[in-house]
Amino acid sequence: MTAQSTDIATYNFAYLDEQTKRMIRRAILKGIAIPGYQVPFASREMPMPYGWGTGGVQVTASIIGPDDVLKVIDQGADDTTNAVSIRAFFRKVANVAVTTETAKASIIQTRHRIPEHPLKAGQVLVYQVPIPEPLRFLEPRETETRKMHALEEYGLMHVKLYEDIARHGRIATTYAYPVKVEGRYVMDPSPTPKFDNPKMHRSPALQLFGAGREKRIYAVPPFTDVVSLDFEDHPFEVQTFDQPCALCAAENVYLDEVILDDHGSHMFVCSDTDHCEKRRADGHRGHFAPETLAPGNMEPAQ
Amino acid sequence: MEMAAQSIEGGFADPVFNAQTVFRAVMDAMARPGSVQALPAFARPPVPLSATAGAIALSLCDNDTPLWLDLALQAAPAVKSWLGFHTGAPLANTPADAHFALIANPAEMMALDGFSQGTQDYPDRSTTLILHVTDLVSGAPLLLEGPGIETSATIAPAQMPRHFIEQWKQNNQRFPRGVDIILATADSLTCLPRTTRIKTMEA
Repeated sequence: MTAQSTDIATYNFAYLDEQTKRMIRRAILKGIAIPGYQVPFASREMPMPYGWGTGGVQVTASIIGPDDVLKVIDQGADDTTNAVSIRAFFRKVANVAVTTETAKASIIQTRHRIPEHPLKAGQVLVYQVPIPEPLRFLEPRETETRKMHALEEYGLMHVKLYEDIARHGRIATTYAYPVKVEGRYVMDPSPTPKFDNPKMHRSPALQLFGAGREKRIYAVPPFTDVVSLDFEDHPFEVQTFDQPCALCAAENVYLDEVILDDHGSHMFVCSDTDHCEKRRADGHRGHFAPETLAPGNMEPAQ
Repeated sequence: MEMAAQSIEGGFADPVFNAQTVFRAVMDAMARPGSVQALPAFARPPVPLSATAGAIALSLCDNDTPLWLDLALQAAPAVKSWLGFHTGAPLANTPADAHFALIANPAEMMALDGFSQGTQDYPDRSTTLILHVTDLVSGAPLLLEGPGIETSATIAPAQMPRHFIEQWKQNNQRFPRGVDIILATADSLTCLPRTTRIKTMEA
């Protein structure tokens, strides 16, 4: 025992033991080789509850090295609880560099958004997935859903989308919108807004998905076809917003509604905080940006 | 005595970080088939097992993964004891039981369909083949297409298995079942996952 050992408990690099990493790494390689297929893996207890991203954390811990730069986002934001604590976790157990800038990160762990800044080759996007099985709410039995994937029998999913149209006049699914990967497996893109689905199609970045509680890992290699399911007469379309971001005036980005008071005032701002900050640093101003508002006046300038 | 020393020496100098570096090279190669990933010689296995193939085995194999060795490797007791000592991986009774297969002499290897192909329900339960090739430039050129490749990629691995293009076409047709291949040279590697299609040059 040295004097150092009294400081803190010491863990293996990136928390997981080496045998666990090997098991997860083998699952990742199989996932990449069979795009969209959910590879079972022996998910471990992590020092955080299921539902807080244990699947994503295990994937990140298995691929990360000392040279990596990690970004973690939670609903597009770098500064929310889940993102901050996972970033702190990896600083503590792997001592890796962290960033909030999409372009500078080599690994981006995400909960339910894809950054607005286009990803590039060499980057890895790690998704935290709650329910990896797209057919689960249509067919609760794992034995049956496995058979449906084996036989490429996805009629039930089309019936579900059709029922949406019959009831609402349009496909009402707005998040976790099912996709077909490379013309074979139907995959749950995790509960990202369907706004992000087109970004998965032929992305230059490698996309890995980890579901800790459900013990599944799956992957979409770079430049792989990811097609959102739809019908000829009801083609897939993404959400549109009738106003730009209130802070940075960005258009064609995903916006969050922020409630301002109890009289119903609200504003729409970029869900991707890094993108919004970058734009404001570049001088873009929305109608609700502090600089556009008159001093002492909280009403937006028109 | 000599063999005992051979089987103990030559492992990773820095097991955690070397395994991570080797895995990332394999992951990047699997994600971008045909891209060649350079790899320093982290492991010094006994001949005829190559440094790259040995390093891949050290980073991916353990007591959960039965290993198959081809005849050239089976004939070298030092290789068996080196793999046994460093990975703890049991030797598979048949190629169809193997999670990984190490092939030192691909030109003479058995047919790809002799290895585990996985099942339609569990296509991940297939063998990953690690083939020794002398280089990736002097053989017949293979034009690759498929997931992970933006337009096309070309490699020309030397000493590939007999009738490889025909065998690989059959491997493609078994999708989602099928084997994945890691091609290891002395200092680099590249991958052919089961989704990669080899386009024949002539019409």
